Amino acid sequence: MNKDEYKKLVKKHIPQENRTGNAITAFLIGGFVGFIAEGLIEVIMNIFSLNRIDASVWTCLIIIFASSLFTALGFFDNWMSKAKAGLLLPTTGFAHSVSSSALDYKKEGLITGLGSNFFKLAGSVILYGILSAFILVIVKVMISG
Amino acid sequence: MASKKFNNVYIADNFSLVGPLERDGLLKNYDLSFDDYYYNSKTFEQAEIKMQEVVLENLLEKNKLPDNKVDLLLGSDLVNQTSISSYNASKFRIPYFGVYSACASYIEEVIIGATFLNSKLAKKVVCLTSSHNLNAEKQFRYPVEYGACKKKTTTFTTTAALATLLTNEETNIKIESATIGKALDMGINDVNNMGAIMAPAAAETLATHLTEMKRNINYYDLIITGDLGLVGREIFLEMLDKVYNLRPSKYIDAGCEIYSPSQETYAGASGPVALPLVLFDKVLTTRKYKKILVIATGSLQSVSLANQKLGVPGIAHALSLEVL
Repeated sequence: MNKDEYKKLVKKHIPQENRTGNAITAFLIGGFVGFIAEGLIEVIMNIFSLNRIDASVWTCLIIIFASSLFTALGFFDNWMSKAKAGLLLPTTGFAHSVSSSALDYKKEGLITGLGSNFFKLAGSVILYGILSAFILVIVKVMISG
Repeated sequence: MASKKFNNVYIADNFSLVGPLERDGLLKNYDLSFDDYYYNSKTFEQAEIKMQEVVLENLLEKNKLPDNKVDLLLGSDLVNQTSISSYNASKFRIPYFGVYSACASYIEEVIIGATFLNSKLAKKVVCLTSSHNLNAEKQFRYPVEYGACKKKTTTFTTTAALATLLTNEETNIKIESATIGKALDMGINDVNNMGAIMAPAAAETLATHLTEMKRNINYYDLIITGDLGLVGREIFLEMLDKVYNLRPSKYIDAGCEIYSPSQETYAGASGPVALPLVLFDKVLTTRKYKKILVIATGSLQSVSLANQKLGVPGIAHALSLEVL
């Protein structure tokens, strides 16, 4: 049996992932996070009489803090995997990736462990996030001057 | 010839320690178990070192063996440079080899040990192996607390440690022969589907063993592979049928025997300790089988080379046991 034939054999035995179900779960849970965030913005705007932009910043901070805290308390990884991409795409996923890496390496020294592994997963998000922002700004300048 | 026959090599005793999920799984005959993945240590790596220490100490104590009566200690694990085994070995004054062939490590140890006993270079050999789910996650996959979505083909690393004493004094379990596997790359580089990486190696080793030993597949009362998992098992059986024209009648895979289906362990158990756990705590305790062929399978990947898109080599070593 050559490698191509073997790849076909393997493909036949790989169980189907429930893509539609996963997408619906992710859509609903991701949407629910957005719903909570929107609620928070309204509450913060009313209680602290802040404008919408400042209230959004505070909401973002609260969500990042909550997902990092939940990661440290040890149950957020179960939520993450159950929610499929639902908790991965909002800021919650970024905070979770950073805090889980930090937890893994906290006993290996502040520099050699925690520091150098902090952005192990999130590094790609930062790098390509900045890069795509840069490209988009150039495009915007070229189009609208 | 990849197959070797052994004279006067026996399994004298065995000691196992498992984590919480394994204890609540399908098998119930383990010697010890624990609840907390830290196992009263500061880190998971230190917990695994302690797990190895506990099983080795218990095995030596049970058999009233001081360190200087053991001629060779063979150790294996899944953490960088077999460091768990080496750190543990430093706590004992026993000549030590660290062994690695991923999940096939344990049978590799037994084959090395049996060779020493067979050639009368040793009288007592201890084979020690362990894996810790969270150490394997950190080593090969994502940070422990990271909730990645996993594919259904992913296997779940077993948390356990196990030590076996081999001797040249007659006991009721004889190591009859072994076949050393050849590393085989079939072009699969999906490290989340290790069953597919290892299945061709398992099929090839089984066929080689039967041909070289001039045996029929029905010679064995039971063939046990480990740890192909739910997906790898089906690929293995189809390959055996199509390529080698072999259809085993009594066959189990260790990866499918440790966790119950409700435990959400995807395609089943893996790790060097999965196969010996099933062998000692299920197959040998039933006393139903006289001739057993054990095929341990390993996926010999590294994170760097897998990221470089190279096909991952699989390996499988076979061991023939006779229950007297």
